Amino acid sequence: MTTKVLMKGSEAIAEAAILSGCRYFFGYPITPQNEIPEYLAKHLPKVGGTFLQAESEISAIYMVLGGAAAGARVMTSSSSPGISLKQEGISYMAGAETPCVIVNIMRGGPGLGAIQGAQPDYWQATRGGGHGDYRLLVLAPATVQEAVDLTYQAFDLADKYRNPVMILGDGILAQIMEPVELPEANNQLPDKAWAVGKNENRPRNIVSSSYPKVDELEKVSIRLHERYAQIKKNEVRWDSYLTDDAEYVIASYGSAARIAKAAIKMARAEGIKVGLIRPISVWPFPTEPFQNIVPQTKFFLSFEMCTGQMIDDVRLAIGNERPVYHYGRLGGVIPLPEELLAKIKELVKEAK
Amino acid sequence: MHELLLAGFGGQGVMLMGKILAYAGMKEEKQVMFIPSYGSEMRGGTANCSVILSEEEIDAPVVSKPTVLVAMNTPSFDKFESSVKENGIIILNSSLITKETTRENVKIVKVPASDIAKGLGNERIINMVLLGTLIAVTNCVKVGSIMASLKEILPPHRHNLLPLNQKAIEDAMSLVK
Repeated sequence: MTTKVLMKGSEAIAEAAILSGCRYFFGYPITPQNEIPEYLAKHLPKVGGTFLQAESEISAIYMVLGGAAAGARVMTSSSSPGISLKQEGISYMAGAETPCVIVNIMRGGPGLGAIQGAQPDYWQATRGGGHGDYRLLVLAPATVQEAVDLTYQAFDLADKYRNPVMILGDGILAQIMEPVELPEANNQLPDKAWAVGKNENRPRNIVSSSYPKVDELEKVSIRLHERYAQIKKNEVRWDSYLTDDAEYVIASYGSAARIAKAAIKMARAEGIKVGLIRPISVWPFPTEPFQNIVPQTKFFLSFEMCTGQMIDDVRLAIGNERPVYHYGRLGGVIPLPEELLAKIKELVKEAK
Repeated sequence: MHELLLAGFGGQGVMLMGKILAYAGMKEEKQVMFIPSYGSEMRGGTANCSVILSEEEIDAPVVSKPTVLVAMNTPSFDKFESSVKENGIIILNSSLITKETTRENVKIVKVPASDIAKGLGNERIINMVLLGTLIAVTNCVKVGSIMASLKEILPPHRHNLLPLNQKAIEDAMSLVK
């Protein structure tokens, strides 16, 4: 039997990164994710890695670019305002086709906001975030175990597609402790023939996002977008709960999806046939499960801890086939299952 | 399912108490979740955490209506008294909390935890006294699992305190029975 350990979400993400072969972390502290850098500062040196606290987020993300260009498995983590500062560098990494893992433990916004659990960065995460028409592969864990599993896989996915991968969590996921099973340490890292570094047996490699000739840049852009199409084809992840006979479907991801699950159990106890579709990859978004369930569904309800952002993707998936509503709390207020249940009952009543 | 809310002021060992309970639950193959309160806290301010112990999968990572409140001081009692679930339990440190509850549908367990801790020669053991009361009243985890967890959580140079911790827990448990 594999032994379970009790870990805080943020520490579990950090440990999963080490086990996946990450040896470099560059970051700048910000709550509610400081346990990630704290853990890595303590544990990376033990495995021959380097933890470096930069003088700013901007500096940190370019150190990540440097490490990735040299072929290393490298990570940074931050919370909403810090991730905003990193956007220029993330765009450069997408353009330079450099793999890395970026963790965003979201806080309520806008501005400096508040550190409790919130989900207001969905658009930023799923639409690239910075300038230049690129995409990140974005994974949104709901449990500490899933945070471990997805972080571990994120490094492989980043290398496979030579693209930054984002782990999108919130203050709840980062701070709760749950039992987890940790994976084996990955000792078989992929060969990166494109990376820079000393090698006298091959032509010089250049890792850059600078393409001054427009026809050349168009070719690169097309190549990137063909890669995004591959990601859309191969990497859609989602989970569902009690959807078989569902007449009403909640769309929810991350911590919010757990609250949704509790509300669904309460609703089911009252005979309301409601189910959950939980995107695990929020980009690429799982459009098919939403499309497939349209015939049996009277309405969709996007439950997010923001004013409603993922609701756009649900609408893009199903078009005008069914009404799509939203419920959520803002600014770091954690919605209770009872509140969501009340909203479900109100909408069910209206639908009849 | 036990949804425990542990509250006191910073330094009373609220977080350690919560972690021990979650560890002990994990050792008993239960589903567990430890939720620290998280916000802009002040030194000397109130501290609280929640622990969920369940035989089934835990959904919502939030405890809004605890089945048990452990209140270590008056501000915590004032803040959370009304949140306790109907027919729930409030365990209070009667050395510091002298007021009576206004709730009619909860069970009140009064423990002079600060005085018991003083009697054992270490006021910092107050969290273990209340932990003993909690497990005696609720049977949420076994005392053996608590002791095994303590041994793992406490750093080796604090293991000399294990017998004192055990005595605090057992003394409190015997008071309940």
